[in-house]
Amino acid sequence: MTQDAFKTRALTKVYGSGETAVHALRGVDLDIPEGEFVVLLGPSGSGKSTLLNILGGLDRASAGEASFQDQELTAMSDRQLTRYRRDHVGFVFQFYNLMPSLTARENVELVTEVAKNPMDTDAALGLVGLSDRASHFPSELSGGEQQRVAIARAIAKNPTVLFCDEPTGALDSTTGRTVLTALKNVNEQLGATVLIVTHAASTAQMADRVIYFADGAIREVVQNSKKLEPSEIEW
Amino acid sequence: MVSPLDRKLLRDLWRMKTQALAIGLVVAVGVLLLVMMSGLVESLDETRRTYYERYRLADVFAPVVRAPDRVLDQLAELEGVSAVEGRIAGGALIEMPDSQLPVQARAVSLPDFGEPRLNAVYLSAGRWIDQSRTNEILLLKSFADAHGLEPGDRLSATMHGARRSFDIVGIAQSPEFLYTTAPGELVPDDSRFGVIWMSRTSMEAAYDLDGAFNEALLDIGRETDLPSVLAAADRILDAYGAIGAYGLEDQVSNRFVSEEISGLRASSAGVPPIFLAVAAFLLNIVITRLLQAERQQIGLIKAFGYTNAEVTAHYFKLILAIAVGGAVLGCLLGLAAGAGLIGIYVQYYKFPFLVFEIDPASFIFAFSASVGAAAFGGLFALRQVFSLTPAVAMRPPTPPDYRGFNRFGTMLTNLLDQPTRMVMRRLVRNPGRSIGAIAGVSAGMALSAGMLSVLAGFDETVETSFSVIDRSDMSVSFVEPLPDRALHALANMDGVIEVEATRTVAVILRNGVHEYRGGIYGVTTNARLFRAVDANGETLHLRGDGIVIAPALADILDVEVGDFLLGDVREGRRPQLNLVVTGIAETLMGAPTYMELSALNRALGEQNRVSGAYLRIDPGFRDQIYAALDAMPIIAGVSIKQDARDAFQRMMDQGAGAMRFVMAAIAALITFGIVYNTARIAYAESAHELASLRVIGFSKGEAAYVLLGELGIIVLISLPLGAFLGYGLSYAIAEGFSTDLYQIPAHFSPESLGLAGLAVLAASVFSGWMVKRDSDNADLVSALKSRE
Repeated sequence: MTQDAFKTRALTKVYGSGETAVHALRGVDLDIPEGEFVVLLGPSGSGKSTLLNILGGLDRASAGEASFQDQELTAMSDRQLTRYRRDHVGFVFQFYNLMPSLTARENVELVTEVAKNPMDTDAALGLVGLSDRASHFPSELSGGEQQRVAIARAIAKNPTVLFCDEPTGALDSTTGRTVLTALKNVNEQLGATVLIVTHAASTAQMADRVIYFADGAIREVVQNSKKLEPSEIEW
Repeated sequence: MVSPLDRKLLRDLWRMKTQALAIGLVVAVGVLLLVMMSGLVESLDETRRTYYERYRLADVFAPVVRAPDRVLDQLAELEGVSAVEGRIAGGALIEMPDSQLPVQARAVSLPDFGEPRLNAVYLSAGRWIDQSRTNEILLLKSFADAHGLEPGDRLSATMHGARRSFDIVGIAQSPEFLYTTAPGELVPDDSRFGVIWMSRTSMEAAYDLDGAFNEALLDIGRETDLPSVLAAADRILDAYGAIGAYGLEDQVSNRFVSEEISGLRASSAGVPPIFLAVAAFLLNIVITRLLQAERQQIGLIKAFGYTNAEVTAHYFKLILAIAVGGAVLGCLLGLAAGAGLIGIYVQYYKFPFLVFEIDPASFIFAFSASVGAAAFGGLFALRQVFSLTPAVAMRPPTPPDYRGFNRFGTMLTNLLDQPTRMVMRRLVRNPGRSIGAIAGVSAGMALSAGMLSVLAGFDETVETSFSVIDRSDMSVSFVEPLPDRALHALANMDGVIEVEATRTVAVILRNGVHEYRGGIYGVTTNARLFRAVDANGETLHLRGDGIVIAPALADILDVEVGDFLLGDVREGRRPQLNLVVTGIAETLMGAPTYMELSALNRALGEQNRVSGAYLRIDPGFRDQIYAALDAMPIIAGVSIKQDARDAFQRMMDQGAGAMRFVMAAIAALITFGIVYNTARIAYAESAHELASLRVIGFSKGEAAYVLLGELGIIVLISLPLGAFLGYGLSYAIAEGFSTDLYQIPAHFSPESLGLAGLAVLAASVFSGWMVKRDSDNADLVSALKSRE
C-alpha cells in the first residue's frame, strides 16, 4: 500500500463574506496516493483550481484540513509554505510564467540554485526535449517550447509533486501532446505525483485517477483500468 | 448616460489610484510652485505700484544744502515735471530708554497747510499733527512697533545739536520708508533707524532753514526722459549746494523692495519648469506600461469596431484626467499658498494694504504647460495603439526580447546568480526606461543638492561679511570728516583694544552709460578689522591710487581690472576723480568700492581725514564704552556688529530669501515623489515576475531582491550624476536668490551633497519598503492569473 501524498478533510474555501460570499470549495474529502498521475476535471468555477492552489501552498483554506505527507498544510506559516514550495512542489501554468530576461537554461537554473536536491539543468531540459534550445530567450521560443521550459523548470528540483493548471490550454494538439508526454515522463521516471487541472476531458484518458468536480465538491472519482499514451489521445 | 468606455476609464483610474495620485501630485507641486510664485510676485509688484501711486511717491529726489522756496517755481517749469514739493529733511538722534546708545533717525517736514503734494503719509494710528503745536510728531510705524511706542508716548531727540522732547500723536507709514537703513549701513533694521514727521514750521526752526528747503521732490510724466530732468534740476540747484538729483530707482527703500521682488521673480522662473518636465516624464512611463498591460483590451475594443482615434482618445482621456486633476489641484493649492505667503510678505514689506493680483496668464501657462507636457509624454506612448492589430492584441504578449544579452560578457554573467542576471538584464534591455528612471532620480538629487548648497551659500554670505571681512566689534561714524587725531579719544577709552580708521565718501561711479550710486570705503594699508579680502579670505593689500571693487559692482558698471572709472564725489568740494580698477574683492554684501585711506584723502585734497572707525573692544567694558560714546558730540552713530549681523540674518530669513525654505521643502517633496514613482512603476512592471518567483519557492526577501536590486542600482548611479547636475543647478538657483544687497555664492559643500544623498537614500529606502510590503502581500494566485 503506497502512502498518501495528499489528504483533505472537509476542506472549505469561501471568497468574500455575507451575501456576496462565493463558496469555491464546500467540504472536500480526498486522498491522493503518492506517484499517481491525477487529472481534475470540471467546468469553470467548480473549485478544481482552488483545490490545486491550496494543495500547492499558494492559497489558504477557510476551514477544514489539508495535509501533505502528514504535514498539516493548513497550519503552516508563510515561511513554511515558501519552504514547502521550494523543496517539494513544481508548478506549470497555462501562461508559462517564464522570466523573459533569462534564457531557457537560466530559467531552469533559477530553481536549481535554490533547490535542496536538484537534477542537472541539461537533464531537465533533455527530459522535455529542449537540449538544443537551452540558450534561447523566451521571446525566441514557440508557445509549446515555452511551456516545456516551464515544465523543465518545475521538474528540475526533483519535486515530490507537480501541479499543472491548464498546461495545454494555450497550445495546439501536436504541441499539447509533446507537453503531456513530458509530464508523463516526469511521473514515470521521477516518480513525482502529478496533478493536472484541465477542461480537456480527453486528458483524463492518460490518468491513473480522474476526479470530477462540480459546484465546489467532488462529484465522482474514477480509477482508469487502462491508461492511454498521449499520442493515442483524441484532441 | 456615461458610455461604457468612460465607465472603464473611471474604473481604470480607480484601480491605479495610488499611482495616479503620486503622478498627479508631482504635476500639482510643479503647478503649485508656478502659480504661487507668480501670484506672489504679481501681487507684490502691483501692491507696491498702487501704494506708490496712491501716496504720490516722487520720481526725483534732489537734496541740497539750502535753497529758497522760490527755486521751486523754477523746477516746476521744467519740461515734463508735473508736480514739485520742497521739504526739509535732516538727521536726528533719538534717545531710547531701552537702549544705551541713541538711535539714528531722519526728521521730515509736513506742509503747514494740507497734505504734501508728493510723498504723502498713511496714518495708521492716532491723529494728524496740529500745525500750531511744534512739539507734535508722527512716528514711523515699523520703528514704533520695534520699540513698543504708541500715540500718547513721549520721545526725546537731538536735532542739529539741540535736544527736544516730543509728543507722538500718530503712527505713520510711507512708501518712501518701506525699508529704513541708517546712513552708512547696508542692512535695513526697523529698530535701529527711525523716521519722524513734524510741521514745516518746527523743522525750519530746528534746522535753521527759515523760508528755505533742503530737499526738492519732483513728479514727472510717464514719457519724460529722466536723465534730462536730473541734469536740469542739478543745473538749477547747483548754486544751492546740490548733492545730485537722483531718480526713484536709486532711492534706498525702493531699491531694496525692487531688488527683493525681482529676486522673487528670478527664483520663480527657474525651478517650476524642472518639476513639470519630471511629471511629464513619469506620465509617459506609466502610460506606456498601462498600454502594454491593456493590449488584450485594446485588441478587443478594436475588434468591436472602434477606430484607432477612438481608442487613442480613450487612453488620452486617462492621461488628461491625471494631468488636469493634478493641475487643478496645483492651481488651488498654489492660490491658497500664494495668498498665505502674500499676507506674510505684505507685512514684511510694510505695505498698508494689499492689491491681490493673480495674473490669469500664470494659470493658463501653468495649466497648459503641465497638461501639455503630460499629453506630449502620453501621446508618445499612445503611438503603440495604432500599430496594434486586433489579432495581435488578442494573443498573449510575446515575451520581451532579450536576444543579444547572451553575448554580453559570458565571464561576467557566470559570476552572477540568476536573480542578479535578471536585475542586470532588465536594466540593460530597455535603456530608454532605465535612463529615464536614472534621469528622474538624478533630477531629484540635483534639485535637493542644489537647494541645500544654496542654503549653505546663505550662511556663507553671513559668515564672509561678518566674520571674514568685518572683524570688528562695533563701528562709529563721525558727524563730519575729522582730522585723524580724533581717533586718539577712542583709542584712549578703557576697554578699547584696537581702533582702525576709515573714511566713507558718497560717490557716483560712472563708466559710459553705466552708473552706480554708492560709496568708496577708505581702508588703511594694514587693515585688520575691516578688510578687502580675496576669494580665499586673505587680506587684499590696497596699493597706490587704484580702487578695488566688488564683483557685483564690476558687473553693474561692466568694468574689468585695468579699466578706468569716473568717480563723482557727492560731498565736500565734490571733485571728479579718475579711478583705475586694480582688483576685484570678494564681497557678498552690497557692492562696495575700496581705496587706500591716504590715497583717498589725497584724491579728495584733504589730508588725514577720517569719517569713522572700527573698534575691537573688551566685552567687559561694553556698557562703559557705550556711555562714553554717547557723551561724545563728534559721534553721529554707533553700529554694533552683532546687531547688524542679526538684522542681516533676519532680512535674509524673512524677505525674498525666505523663499529658499519653501523651495527646499518642495525640492524634498519632489525628490521623494520621483523616487517613489520610480519604485512604484518598477513594481507594477515586475509584479507578475515577482509572483512567479514566489511560486517557484523564492522567499519574500529573495523575490524582492530582483525589484529592489534594480531600484538600488538606479539610485546608486543617480547619486553621483545628480550631484554633478546639482552643481550646475546650484549656480542657477544661487543667481536667482542673489540681489543687489547680497550675493549668494554657489557653495557646493560636501555637507549639502551628503545631506542630499542621504535624503535620496532615505526616500529610496522608504519607497522600497512600501513596494516590498505590497510585493509581500500580493495575492500569488491572482497575480499569476492576470496576464502581463
